[in-house]
Amino acid sequence: MMTFTEIKKSFLTSLWFMFLTFPIMVIRVNTIEKQVIWRWENMWYVGIGSFLLSFVWRYFLRRKERGNNHANEHIANMSSSIQRIFSRRRYKIPAMVAAAMTVAVFPFVMNSYQTNIMITALMYVMLGLGLNIVVGLAGLLDLGYVAFYAVGAYTYGLLNHHFGIGFWTVLPLGGALGALFGVLLGFPVLRLRGDYLAIVTLGFGEIIRLILENWNEFSYGPSGIAHISKPSLFGIKLSFSGEITYMYFLMIGMVCFTIFVVNRLQNSRIGRAWIALREDEVACQAMGIDKTRTKLTAFALGATWAGMAGVIFAAKTTFINPASFTFMESAMILSIVVLGGMGSIPGVIIAALFLILLPEYLRAFSDYRMLLFGAIMVIMMVFRPQGIIATVRRNYNFKKAEN
Amino acid sequence: MADPLLNVQNLTMDFGGLRALDHVNIDIQQNEIIALIGPNGAGKTTFFNCITGIYTPTGGDILITAPLRSGAASKTERINGLKPNQVTEKGMARTFQNIRLFPNMTVLENVMIGRHCRTRSGILGAVLRNHTMVREEQAVVDASYQILEKIGLSRFVNDLAKNLPYGAQRRLEIARALATEPFLLLLDEPAAGMNPHETLELDTLITRIRNEEKVSILLIEHDMKLVMSLSDRIFVMDYGKKIAQGTPEEIRNNPMVIKAYLGEECDVES
Ligand SMILES: Nc1ncnc2c1ncn2[C@@H]1O[C@H](COP(=O)(O)OP(=O)(O)OP(=O)(O)O)[C@@H](O)[C@H]1O
Ligand SMILES: [Mg+2]
Repeated sequence: MMTFTEIKKSFLTSLWFMFLTFPIMVIRVNTIEKQVIWRWENMWYVGIGSFLLSFVWRYFLRRKERGNNHANEHIANMSSSIQRIFSRRRYKIPAMVAAAMTVAVFPFVMNSYQTNIMITALMYVMLGLGLNIVVGLAGLLDLGYVAFYAVGAYTYGLLNHHFGIGFWTVLPLGGALGALFGVLLGFPVLRLRGDYLAIVTLGFGEIIRLILENWNEFSYGPSGIAHISKPSLFGIKLSFSGEITYMYFLMIGMVCFTIFVVNRLQNSRIGRAWIALREDEVACQAMGIDKTRTKLTAFALGATWAGMAGVIFAAKTTFINPASFTFMESAMILSIVVLGGMGSIPGVIIAALFLILLPEYLRAFSDYRMLLFGAIMVIMMVFRPQGIIATVRRNYNFKKAEN
Repeated sequence: MADPLLNVQNLTMDFGGLRALDHVNIDIQQNEIIALIGPNGAGKTTFFNCITGIYTPTGGDILITAPLRSGAASKTERINGLKPNQVTEKGMARTFQNIRLFPNMTVLENVMIGRHCRTRSGILGAVLRNHTMVREEQAVVDASYQILEKIGLSRFVNDLAKNLPYGAQRRLEIARALATEPFLLLLDEPAAGMNPHETLELDTLITRIRNEEKVSILLIEHDMKLVMSLSDRIFVMDYGKKIAQGTPEEIRNNPMVIKAYLGEECDVES
């Protein structure tokens, strides 16, 4: 019975698709020979294809709805058993060693093109982890995150161009300036939430980009800044591939540093306050948490990583212009956080690697990149809204009161 | 008599043209359990929101005299216009009529949030995880767990707050408020949605909190049996005004209160 209605629905869907695609898939007009070619077989392909897809879609949707509680439990069990496996010494140490080995030999095994892509992916890991503080933990939807990335990049670009200041000096400075801009953005939006916050931050991102584009005396406008120096290694002169390898390990180090800090922040008094703020703003305040301060620290600490990533970006590409800091970048970083699982560090890492590396290795499909991207997002939101790796709350060790 | 813990004078709150609170006077002495009752829409929750800083009252004074642990003379402060977190820091913690837990945090973490305003470690401490910070963190965990044991929620310690049964969620709100070390606990309809058995447990719990933790209590409640058995004194509100106050015995027989509860028709008919 159930399946019959399902089949009927899928059948209607396929009819609808055949109708919709009729003009483009079936009719072909040859204007030169003034002929109309009817490609009826295409209609059958569309019909059968959409019928099958729709049926599979419905099947999964129904399974999800029916076993919702069941499925959730299943997922929880699965992730906790994954965790258990990794928390066991026997598996944990070999897994860590294998991961470390892969990371260490990667630039020597792969060519410089692939290493370069990996560096980019690692930069997005860093950006994702930073935005994760703001969106995933504190629950503040920030659509202008790329602005802080731009601030970092231009900090290094300008300081290097005018004063020749080196990478390692500017790196912490970029982070600090990022944090400062985070607070600057934070103040006016303290009272806003949800959609309103999203719109204002979106505007903020665009303002920064437009300033960089139009204030020629300051930022050299659309032509940008070129010949930014690469990071130095105790004054040693590196070959071309040596530079890339150096950049790669620098980036690995930065990512490890980011993970370390974000993980510790997340499991601290401040991290808990961020999560409480995300969960219920009124209750959070009523329980004695200073909302203003908590929000501002989230914005500042999130922006710090973007600032530093910006400095590294400028050093890696040696050329920056405003075109690198469009809304698309913000959307990309946000997708990484949402896809990975809000507030989940491993989730964000996996999502960043996935979203950046996949398009590079699937060059053949580059025309359909955005289509694929959209499809993945829709499927994720329908079937696994909690992201690739859902956060599992931590259990604490406590002293039981002796009776 | 000592200064009242909480002394509210002529508290007035207007929402546009609507006067939700009209010159309300209420005082609470140390170690009292006070009930605030009144028909729906009387302004009881609004009263809570005003004294906890969620709303800034249009007029009147809210004076608190926090008892010092040492027993020394404490000074009276006016807390109008303070932010909710500052009020909580001063020592007044509340629960909500419609439960407002942190649903995706564990039961223990919910209580740990209550410890936030009594602890100090900052960003640097969190990242470096130095000795002071680790010790403070462990103290927070232990203290929170002890509160859960007292409230009788320790078996749920690692469950997500959203997965708790309704009655347990209400009690978790009380546990979370207690973690802020209040001298006055404000409970907004703590028995709403509880079955008779749970309500009975709540009765003993509230008395225990008063006797063992030395926390005074102000509660809003519609369950008259609970109100009559618990409270030392009762304040009655209707249409934003305080219409009566007194011991449970006095309130039970007060014609004004009966009229407010049974409605005007009763008056017309008689
Ligand atoms: N934020 C607000 N804006 C406008 N009017 C409000 C607001 N909050 C409360 N009111 C109004 O104030 C009056 C008192 O509401 P309040 O919630 O304090 O009642 P209550 O005594 O708690 O009732 P209940 O027993 O149903 O909880 C109501 O008429 C309500 O509509
Ligand atoms: Mg109410």
